[in-house]
Amino acid sequence: MSQFMKMKLSNIHFLVAYVLLISLFLSPQCCFADYDYIKISDPFLNKIPVAVPVFKSLSEESAGKEIPVTASDLVKEFLAFTGYFKMIDREAFLEDLQVKGITGPKINFDNWRDIGAELLITGGVTIKGDQLQIEFRLFDTFKSELLFGKRYKGRLDDQRKIVLRFCSEMVYRLTGKRGVFESMIAFVSTATGNKEVFTCEFDGYDVKQATQSKSLTLFPAWSPDGSSIAYTSYKNDKPEIFIKHLRDRTEKRISFDGINITPVWMSGKKQMGATLSFEGDEEIYLLTESGKIDKRLTKNWGIDVSPTFSPDDKMMAFVSNRFGSPQIFIQNLDTGAVRRLTYEGKYNTQPEWSPAGDRIVYSGMEKGQINIFVINTDGGDIKQLTRDAGSNESPSWSPDGSLIVFSSTRTGKSRIFVMTASGTDQRALLTLSGEQTDPAWSPSFKEY
Amino acid sequence: MKKSNICYKIGLVILMVGFLVTVSSCSKKKSRLDPMEAYPSETEISAAGEQGGDAVQTMTEEELEAQRIQEQEAVRIKEEARMNFVNDDVYFGFDDVTLTSSARMVLKQKVAWLRENPGASVLIEGHCDERGTEEYNIALGQRRAQSVKAFLINAGISASRLSSISYGEERPVDFGNNESAWGKNRRAHFKIQN
Repeated sequence: MSQFMKMKLSNIHFLVAYVLLISLFLSPQCCFADYDYIKISDPFLNKIPVAVPVFKSLSEESAGKEIPVTASDLVKEFLAFTGYFKMIDREAFLEDLQVKGITGPKINFDNWRDIGAELLITGGVTIKGDQLQIEFRLFDTFKSELLFGKRYKGRLDDQRKIVLRFCSEMVYRLTGKRGVFESMIAFVSTATGNKEVFTCEFDGYDVKQATQSKSLTLFPAWSPDGSSIAYTSYKNDKPEIFIKHLRDRTEKRISFDGINITPVWMSGKKQMGATLSFEGDEEIYLLTESGKIDKRLTKNWGIDVSPTFSPDDKMMAFVSNRFGSPQIFIQNLDTGAVRRLTYEGKYNTQPEWSPAGDRIVYSGMEKGQINIFVINTDGGDIKQLTRDAGSNESPSWSPDGSLIVFSSTRTGKSRIFVMTASGTDQRALLTLSGEQTDPAWSPSFKEY
Repeated sequence: MKKSNICYKIGLVILMVGFLVTVSSCSKKKSRLDPMEAYPSETEISAAGEQGGDAVQTMTEEELEAQRIQEQEAVRIKEEARMNFVNDDVYFGFDDVTLTSSARMVLKQKVAWLRENPGASVLIEGHCDERGTEEYNIALGQRRAQSVKAFLINAGISASRLSSISYGEERPVDFGNNESAWGKNRRAHFKIQN
């Protein structure tokens, strides 16, 4: 089924791409900007139109009466978040499934094709006491057929989890990728008066304070299993690294003379990279999980900071000012060979290696403005993802590589924003008091 | 007799006022300075004041006043040197850790003060302007603090008296968004720790 869907979707993409190509030729003056920041085959540009009518109530219980509406709205919200889909306005619908029913034989697919829907999601809600059951069906309107159906049971307050399970399954079947809906985002907020680390779910839901340093706290980084966050804090009047286990609330400290900053885990091994200056020079070291130095990775007089490892842990990208201004370099961890990655601009920092391993996202400063860029690991295909919208910093990939979270001052104070990996659909993740910076997207928490 | 009695009373009042001023400036000083640095002469005068009579008569009012002013001046100069030490920051260029000639001039003053106050230990804070990114700026601020520390050590100040910290762009003195503000924020700042 998923194979079939992928074929079908790529057909849709071809069609849209073809139409777009023609319109490009018809208006040659409109495009070809400095960077080709959106590919014609880009799934985020060619969004799939989806219709999600209000779910049908299949029981007579008075409790949870709002769920058919709220659950169907959540489906729209979660699917729109991915950037892959375009939600069709319910005002345009020609057919009322509350009357006709939610199963295939009851649906007239012409009515959905006519309003441009390629996919149709129907839902039925059954409530018994505090038990909630939602059944979902995903239809291909052009083939007039059911792609898949799922029934989930839980408690009344599991509505969000149930909808997420379905959306995760649907996105997985359509794209072959999973993870965004099972992830969290850590960030720094000044809401308490001090900079502290907070966490929220992938969409900004359920904000929680993770640290109580009552001092400057920076640079959160998730462990590969998502159980811990490493961060830098000045709570002992100097920058030290702490590793906080989120559930146990236990904490380990890594502190050498000088600065101890920018911790980051390797993805496979239980090791971390971090910048330490106890030898009088800011260098990147490999640390064991207990905070002991395994080895020094960089050996160059000058600032070496902000390590990020390739998914196979064989390479490290980092920032160095060894040639004057800060630029991004890649080091082979086996041979120690170092090559320069970025040449455009005089100030390129904050690299993060993509989950697929082929791209590196970073922030670059030009004319006093900081923007987000992505580059191939061989230095080719640079794309600028943000422009003319304040200062944009600290990019971090979603676990499936489809989205990027970053901080932006485009609306005044620094806030957390999300965009697709091609720079489309830029929007604020959450609205909190104070300023928010340093977002870090977690790995996927597989079980919900 | 009556007149000299009045003179005596006036003298006493002046003495008392002088004493109070000395005590207040002394206590102010004590709260900020190492007790090791206190002036022995101040305690002598206070002791004489308490005993009354004899010692007072060996000094004229003018002499007392002059001494008081002189001591106040010494305290003021010392306090001023201390204030300058703390207030005069060392400034840097953008993304730069090298010491300019004016930075070196400021640092020579720091060396002089550190030599005059051998008991003082200091913290050198490295700071950056808001431009650039946080991670790099913390490293840059640390390097600025280290540049300053190296200069002081080369000038003969013991490394054991000097510690350093970087706050990156987190502690600006000027929140403006222009070169004048940025220039003030790219600094090494001194704090006396004891």
